Amino acid sequence: MTAAALDIQALHKAFGNFTAVRGVSLAIAPGEIFGLLGPNGAGKSTTINMVAGVTRIDSGRISVFGHDNRAEYRLTRRLIGVMHQEIVIDNFFTIDQALRFHSGYYGVPDDPDWRRELIDRLGLGPHLHKTMIKLSGGLKRRFMVAKALIHRPPLLILDEPTAGVDVELRHSLWDFVREINNAGTTILLTTHYLEEAEQMCGRIAIMNHGEVIALDRTEALLARLGSREIRVQLEQPLAAMPPVLARFGGRLSEGGLRLDIPLQDGKRAGELLADLCRCGVAVADIETRRAGLEEVFLKLTGLDNAREEP
Amino acid sequence: MKSRPYIPWLPFYTLLQKEVRRFWRVASQTLLTPIITASLYLFVFGATLGERISVLPGFSYAQFVIPGLILMGVINNSFANTSSSLFMSRYLGNIVDLLVTPISPAQFILAYTLAAMLRGLAVGLATWLISIFFAALPWVHPWAALAMAAIASLLFAQFGLIAAMFAHNFDSLSMYANFIILPLIYLGGVFYPISILPAHWATLSHLNPLFYLIDGFRHAILGVGDLSLGTAFATSTLMAVGLFAWAALLIGRGYRLRS
Repeated sequence: MTAAALDIQALHKAFGNFTAVRGVSLAIAPGEIFGLLGPNGAGKSTTINMVAGVTRIDSGRISVFGHDNRAEYRLTRRLIGVMHQEIVIDNFFTIDQALRFHSGYYGVPDDPDWRRELIDRLGLGPHLHKTMIKLSGGLKRRFMVAKALIHRPPLLILDEPTAGVDVELRHSLWDFVREINNAGTTILLTTHYLEEAEQMCGRIAIMNHGEVIALDRTEALLARLGSREIRVQLEQPLAAMPPVLARFGGRLSEGGLRLDIPLQDGKRAGELLADLCRCGVAVADIETRRAGLEEVFLKLTGLDNAREEP
Repeated sequence: MKSRPYIPWLPFYTLLQKEVRRFWRVASQTLLTPIITASLYLFVFGATLGERISVLPGFSYAQFVIPGLILMGVINNSFANTSSSLFMSRYLGNIVDLLVTPISPAQFILAYTLAAMLRGLAVGLATWLISIFFAALPWVHPWAALAMAAIASLLFAQFGLIAAMFAHNFDSLSMYANFIILPLIYLGGVFYPISILPAHWATLSHLNPLFYLIDGFRHAILGVGDLSLGTAFATSTLMAVGLFAWAALLIGRGYRLRS
């Protein structure tokens, strides 16, 4: 059986009286793009820092491609590339020098072709001989991606890689991530852009208050927890919801010109349209909307918050 | 992605290279400034005041003070290199760049230490070269002198690492240099032999670790000292090993490096 790219078992971490991670368990298969989502302070970065070896593990176990990340740290750290959420740079050196150093820190001789490819793909070429202090925020983030990949790790951890990054770069960055994933690199990703997670990740875990509160395939999460809705734009305003439509539990807005009707509990769009026709309502436009990960996320984390309230 | 072969010593070599380049990049601050400071001391004590002072029979004051000034440069710069580099990495957060790599605690310490020793000994060498214009030294036991300088450098490189881990901010880091190292240097016999002090001050000076380093180094160069060369050498080595073990323990545990 192939070992999981990352296997986290019953992970716990407390800082004084504050428990940041409580009993997190999850496994990521080789070749996956896995999303770890959650509100600020959910424990995502602490979990990632324990995987990377920056934060000590209180209890639990982490193995990377079958190797324990404490007993065999010199091996597992070579298997992981981490891009941290915080911008961390060394202002003494240029991009080019820093990338060479990072390769060496991992015990990997400099590979000029790979270094050049990273530089080109991440648009760092024109800035190669600038010291870090002279780079913009976006460039620093791009450099951090290059740094995480310089030793060709089979597991890449990206902690909020697109925070503060412009749209164009964000797209090119995701294209690049997909490409290296297709080439076999496993990706663990955290992001606040839930649309990105929805598009990128095959599976998603949602964390809140240090716990994993949902873990499933992205589509399964959306199907299980998301909702669908029909939005009807009317030609004539309605004063009140027609009684025949009331059973759908919809709502009127925009002065009676817009009707939003959730499709749930087995109700079908066809039934709804038939009822609309029966009422003699003149329809200007119809749009079906599917709830995104954002709604699922809010629903889950909201539920979780409510659960803790007395 | 195809991986490249792993070279176990490369993380150490790379960190050493980075640390050397770090101080070389700001050489005017890390090398030139201490050399100018040493030159000023040499001018004051070698060419002006020195002619009117005699503390060691058979030697000029310049000959007496030069070994102390050389060692002062070695000590200050070895300490400054490790303490500033590690503390800045902690302060700016880029220490995580090392923490996520396969660098072992031993490689970490050795790389920081060797770079600091290189800077400290380079400043010491430059101070000696400049001192030639003021006085010639007999170099009675040249290898012992080199060994003492290396031990002093090693010891204060470790102290720099420890200070960088304990310091909370730049103020507390500078306190180690200003309130510990500076008084120890000035009271450790750089500018006067301990033997000319009143008995109780002389006894108290034996508690100063710098006394053993400075006296041993001077003894190796001039052939005379307050202590025997063996005592100075043994005590200094013991202190260096102790501090090395302490630094290794802290770094091995990731003290204030890993959360």
